[in-house]
Amino acid sequence: MNDSETSGKVLAILAELAPEVDVHALKPDVRLRDQLDLDSMDFLNFLIGIDEQLGVDIPEADYPKLGTLDSICDYLKAKLTGSPAGPPS
Amino acid sequence: MADFRMPVLGADMKTGELVAWLKKPGDTVQKGEVIAEVDTEKAVVEIESMFSGVVERLLVATGDKVPVGTVLAVIRSESTEEGAPSVGPAVAPPPERLARAARPATPASAAGRLRISPVAQKLADEKGVDLSGILGSGPGGRIMVHDVEEALARAPGAPAPPTAPIDRALRMRQAIAGAMSRSHREIPHFYVESVIDMSRAIAWLTEENARRTVARRLIYGVLIVKAAALALKKVPELNAVWSGDHVDLKPDIHVGVAIALPGGGLVAPAIHNTDALSLDELMTQLRDLVRRARAGRLRSSEVADPTITVTSLGEEGAESVFGLIYPPQVALVGFGRLTERPAVVEGRLEVRKAIHASLAGDHRALDGYRGSVYLAEVEHLLQEPESL
Repeated sequence: MNDSETSGKVLAILAELAPEVDVHALKPDVRLRDQLDLDSMDFLNFLIGIDEQLGVDIPEADYPKLGTLDSICDYLKAKLTGSPAGPPS
Repeated sequence: MADFRMPVLGADMKTGELVAWLKKPGDTVQKGEVIAEVDTEKAVVEIESMFSGVVERLLVATGDKVPVGTVLAVIRSESTEEGAPSVGPAVAPPPERLARAARPATPASAAGRLRISPVAQKLADEKGVDLSGILGSGPGGRIMVHDVEEALARAPGAPAPPTAPIDRALRMRQAIAGAMSRSHREIPHFYVESVIDMSRAIAWLTEENARRTVARRLIYGVLIVKAAALALKKVPELNAVWSGDHVDLKPDIHVGVAIALPGGGLVAPAIHNTDALSLDELMTQLRDLVRRARAGRLRSSEVADPTITVTSLGEEGAESVFGLIYPPQVALVGFGRLTERPAVVEGRLEVRKAIHASLAGDHRALDGYRGSVYLAEVEHLLQEPESL
C-alpha cells in the first residue's frame, strides 16, 4: 500500500466518524482534535477503523504520536513497512 | 385489548408526529419490539411496544401530529396484565384520519420487496433517489428517512437541502430550551463538588488496555458511569423522579448519558440497569448508544427511562461542569476534564490525575449532605477500579 492509499483510507475512516466535515479540507499538520469535534469514543472508533482497514493495532502507549494527519500517516507508514515509528508529535 | 399510546419522550414533549408504522393490523408484536417511529422535537425515536400481542387496529396515520397520550393503535394483548402504562388521558384521534390509518402503512417483508418507511419512500420519490444502492439502517435493513437524506447528501452535484437540517437544529434547540427553562424555573438546585483522584483508575485502565486489542479497549468514561451507577446503591434517593409533590424512588438504575450531537444539541438516553453491567458490557452498550444517538436511531425506552443523568466533558472540556437537572429526575452528576494536579500524598507533593465531580440535586427531594455522601462513594469506588 502506498502513501496515497494509506492517506485515503485514513480520510475515509474520519469521514465516516464525522460525516458533517469535509475531511479533504483538514490541515495535515494541525491537531485533529482542534479541527474535528472528536471525543474519546470517536478516537477509539477511529483506531478500530484503522485496525480493520489497515490491520494496524495501535497500542495505547502510542496515542500521543497520533496528533495530526501527517503524524498518523507517518506512524502507519512506519508500521506497514516495518520501519521504526515516526517521532512523537 | 391494550392501548398503544403516544409516549412522553421528553420533559416538555406535548405532541409527537407519527413518522412510520413498522407493523400493520394482524402482525404479531413482542414486548420491546419497535413498532413505530415518532418525531419528537429532538429526534426521530423508535417506539417500542410495552406488551406482546397482535396489532388489532392502527388509529393514527403517518404524518399526523398528536398529543402525548393519544391512542395510536389497539393491540390484542397476550396478557391482560400487560396493559399500556398510563401516560395521561387517552385522546381520540381525529375521525377523518381513521380511514387513512387503517391502510396497511408498511409493506410486509416479502422476499424481494424493498423495506422502506413510507416517509422515506415519499422523500425518495420527490427527490428521485435511486434506492437500490441504499443500505437501510432501520430494523431488518429497512430504509429510513435519514438513509435517504444521507444518500441525497452524497449524490454528486446534489443541491444541499438547507431547510431540513436547519429546522432540525432549531427544533432541537427549542426542545432543550423548553426542558432546561422548566428545570431552572421549577427545580431548586443545589450543588456539591469533589476533586477525585483518578491516578489509580487511570493506571488500572492503562494496564488493562495494554492487554486488550483495540476493539476491546475501554475508555475512562465507562469507569465513571459505572461508579456513578453503583454509588446510587448507597444513596438511592438520588435515583428517583419528582412527581408533583413527592419523590418516587426508582428500583432500577438507568443512567442517562449525555451525548453531544454533530451540529449541536445533545441527548441523554438511558443505559438500562447500568449497575448490573460489566465494564465490557457497558462499553459495548455505550458505543452502540453513541452511534445510534448520532444517527437519530434511539428507542423510546432509552429516551423515557433515565433515572439520573451523567454528563462528562471528556478530555478537552472545562475542568468543572454544573448542570441543570433534566426533569422529572432529581439529580445530575457532572465530570470535568481529566487534569494533572499537585496533591499531597502521605506527606509528599505528587502530581496526580484528577477530575472535578459535581452533583446537581433537586432540593425538594434531597439535601446537600446526601449529595456529598454520594460523591464520596463515587470517589471511593474509583479508588478500586478493578472492582467496578
